[in-house]
Amino acid sequence: MIRRTIGALDERLGAASPLKRTLRYVFPDHWTFMLGEIAMYCFAILVITGIFLTFWYVPSDAKLHYAGSYVPLQGTSMSESFASVMHISFDVPAGLLIRQTHHWAADVFIVAIVLHLVRILLTGAYRKPRELNYWLGVTMLGLAILEGFLGYSLVDDLLSGMGLAIAYAVAMSIPFVGGQFAFLVWNGEFPGTSSFLPRLEILHVFLIPMAIATLLALHLAQVVRQHHTQFPEEGSERVVRGTPAWPGYALRSVGLFLVVAGVLFLLGGLVQINPIWEWGPYAPYLSTNGAQPDWYVGWLIGALRLMPPLEIVIGGYTVVPSPFWGGALFPGIVFGALYAWPALARRFHLDDRRKHNLLDRPRDNPRRTAVVVAFLVWVFTVFAAGATDRFYFRSFISYEGQVWFFRAFALLVPLLVYFVTKRVCEELRAREEHPLRSWNGSLIERNQARGFEKIVDRSDQSN
Amino acid sequence: MTPGGLFSRVVAALGGLSGLRRRRYDRQAELHQVSDPAGKKSDAVRASDEETRRREFVPPPELDETPDPRAELVVALLLIAASVAFVGFVVFYVVSEDTQLLGLCIGLGLVLAGVASALAGKRVVIQEKLTDEYKDYGDREEQIQVEDHLVEGKVGVTRRKLLFSSLAAVGAALGAAAVMPIASLGPRVGEKVYETPWSAGKKVVDETGKPITVETLSAGEFITGFPAGASKDDIGSPLVIVRLETDELELPADRAESAPGGYVAYSKICTHAGCAISLFRYPTFDETQPGPALVCPCHYSTFNPADGGKVLFGPAGRPLPQLPLRVGSGGVLEAAGGFYEPIGPSYGGIREAPGEQPL
Repeated sequence: MIRRTIGALDERLGAASPLKRTLRYVFPDHWTFMLGEIAMYCFAILVITGIFLTFWYVPSDAKLHYAGSYVPLQGTSMSESFASVMHISFDVPAGLLIRQTHHWAADVFIVAIVLHLVRILLTGAYRKPRELNYWLGVTMLGLAILEGFLGYSLVDDLLSGMGLAIAYAVAMSIPFVGGQFAFLVWNGEFPGTSSFLPRLEILHVFLIPMAIATLLALHLAQVVRQHHTQFPEEGSERVVRGTPAWPGYALRSVGLFLVVAGVLFLLGGLVQINPIWEWGPYAPYLSTNGAQPDWYVGWLIGALRLMPPLEIVIGGYTVVPSPFWGGALFPGIVFGALYAWPALARRFHLDDRRKHNLLDRPRDNPRRTAVVVAFLVWVFTVFAAGATDRFYFRSFISYEGQVWFFRAFALLVPLLVYFVTKRVCEELRAREEHPLRSWNGSLIERNQARGFEKIVDRSDQSN
Repeated sequence: MTPGGLFSRVVAALGGLSGLRRRRYDRQAELHQVSDPAGKKSDAVRASDEETRRREFVPPPELDETPDPRAELVVALLLIAASVAFVGFVVFYVVSEDTQLLGLCIGLGLVLAGVASALAGKRVVIQEKLTDEYKDYGDREEQIQVEDHLVEGKVGVTRRKLLFSSLAAVGAALGAAAVMPIASLGPRVGEKVYETPWSAGKKVVDETGKPITVETLSAGEFITGFPAGASKDDIGSPLVIVRLETDELELPADRAESAPGGYVAYSKICTHAGCAISLFRYPTFDETQPGPALVCPCHYSTFNPADGGKVLFGPAGRPLPQLPLRVGSGGVLEAAGGFYEPIGPSYGGIREAPGEQPL
C-alpha cells in the first residue's frame, strides 16, 4: 500500500527524493524551540475556530431588539453584529465553546509569539544570515496584535466600542494626516457608518489572516533553507545535529499540536472569557469602569495613561494631539527598535558581522542581553501601568500616586536593570553556573579511616 | 499474546505507527559527511575568545532501537482514554450541549492524544540523532553571472536615458492612479469635524426621553442628558450633567449664567480618546478629600466640573467642553447655546474649528 502510493507519486512527480529529504530533515532539540511552534499551532486553531464563527457572524450596525434565549437582554436594542455573537454564544450548539476557544487561542497566540521573540533576541538567533526571517517574525507579531484587536472589535459590545473609540482618537491624533486617515477608515466621524463593520470583518477574516499565513509560509521556508539554529552543546557552526523529521520529530510535534489544541479547548470550555452579555451592547455615551482590553493591547493603554496632557499647538493648529504619544509614537518606537535591532546591535558592537548558526546563551553576550532585558522591562512596565486602576481597587494606593510612580519607574528602572543584568551575565559566564541549578561544588564526608571521601562531585559539570 | 503485545498492535493500528521499529538500513555513514573545513573558507567559523567553548567536534549520530514495551502500553492507554473523551464529546453534544462538559471532553481528549503522540515520538519509535550541514550561501561567481544576465537586458538599447525616464514617469503616474480610489473610502475632513445637535433652546432629556428639570438632581448627583429628538449615537449629543452647590462653582466670569441652580453640563465624550465620561467623584468630607471631578474610565483623564471642565489630571489635552444651560418653561433644562469649545478627541484642526456662538 505504502509502496504503491510512493511509486505512483514518484513516477508522476519525482516525489521520492524530496520525500526522502523531508523525512530525514534534521530538527535540533531544545525546549525553547517549541515556542514558535506553539504560536503556529495557535494560528491553526484560530483559523479552524474562526471559520466556524464566520458562519454566524453578521457585520452590521443595523439596530434590532434582541429576542434570543438570554433573558436579561431580551428586548434590548442592539446592533445585528452584537446580536449575532449573542446567538453564537447562547443558541448555537457548542457555539460558546468555539467562541471562547477562539478568544483564548488569540491570547495564547500572541503570548507564544512574544516569548519566541524574546528567545530570538536573547540568543542572537536574528543575526546574519537570519535577519530576513527575524523581520518576517516581527511583522507577524504586529499583524497578530492588529488582528486580535479587530477580532474583539467586531463584536460591538461595550468593550469593543470603547476600544474602537480609543483607536479612532489615536488615528485622529496622527500629526497632519490623522483626521483624514480616521475619516477614511471609519467612513466619516466615529462611530462610523454601516460600511465600517464589514471593513473590519474582511480585514479580520481574510486579509490579515492571509497575510499572516503567507508570511508564516515564508518564515518556515526560510528555516528549512537555512536549517534551524542550535546551541553549541549539540552541533557546530557547520553541522546541525538533531532529531529527524520522521519518525521522532513528527510524532512529538503532532503531540505538541494536539496538546496546544487541547489546552485551548479546556480554557475555552472551562474558563470564561469576554462575557459580552455582561458588558452589553455599545453606544458612544456608554462606558464602564475597570474596562481592560485583551492583554496584548495593555501596553498601549498603559502608555496612553502615563503620558502627561501634552498637546503641541502652533498658531491654533494642533500639530500633535495627546493620544499620539502613547497610542502611536510608543508602539512606533517599540516596533521601530525591533525592526532596527539587528542593525543597531551591529552598530553598537553588541554583535559582529559574521554569519552565525550557533546560538548564544544569554550570558555569552552580557551587554546585548542587558539591553534586551532592559528594553523588555521598559515595555512591560508601561504594560503594568495599564492596570493601575485595578491596583487602585485592590490596594487603595492613590491612582495619581501610581501614575507618578510608573512614570519614574519606566524611565529609571530599565537603566538599573541594564547594569544588574550585565553583571549577572558576566558572573554566570565566569563561573559557568546555571542560574536555576547553580550549585556545582562537591560534597565530601569524613570516612572511618579519618580521610575525606567525595560523595557527590559536580565540580566538573557545566550547566 | 500478552496484553502488552495486544496493545502495541492497537497502538500501531490507531496511531499509524506500523513498521516504525523496523530499520531497513544504516544511514549513519551517509549522513555524517561534513565538507572539509580547510578546503572551504567560511566566514561563519573563525576563532575568537568568545567561541573557544564552541567545539568543532560534533557528537556522532546516535541510533537507539531499544524497545520500550511499557511506553507502548502507556501510549495505547492514553489513546484509548482520548477516544473515550471524544466519544464523550459526541454524547454530551447530543444530550446536553453544556459548554463546560463539551470543552472538558474535547480538550481532555486532545491533550491525551497529544501526550500519546509525543510519548510515542520519544519512547516508542527509534531515537535518532542525525547531522546535516548548514549551507554557507554566497557564491561570488554565481552572483556575477546573475548580474551579467541582468545587465544583458540593456545590450543594444541606444536611448537608455529616455526610456528609463519614460518608465519612471509611467510608474509614478500609475502609482498615483492606483492609490486614488483610497480617497473613496470616506468623506473629506471638513473645517468642523464634530457637528453637534445642540443650539439655544434645545431641551435636555434623559436616556428614556424624559425631560430633565431643575428638580431632577440634588447637589452631588449626576445624569446623562441628550438633546430632545436627536440621535443618541452621535458623539455630539450626550452630556454629563452634574449638580453642585452654587457656592462650589468657580466658573469663569463669562460663564456665570451657564449653570442655573448649580446644574453644569459638559460633553460626555472625553477630549482625550473619545470614551464616555461615566465617573463622578464628589467629596463627602470636604476637609480631607479633593474637590468634585468628572473622570473618564479609559485613561482616567480628570476634569473639574466646577471650573469649566479644566483638566485636573491625566492625559487629556483640552478641557471638557461645557454646554451653557438655562431653565425653560416648566423648570425643564435647555441649552442656552452651543458648546463653548469643540467637542471630541483632538485632531489637527480641532482648535481651528469656528466655535459655536453660545448665549
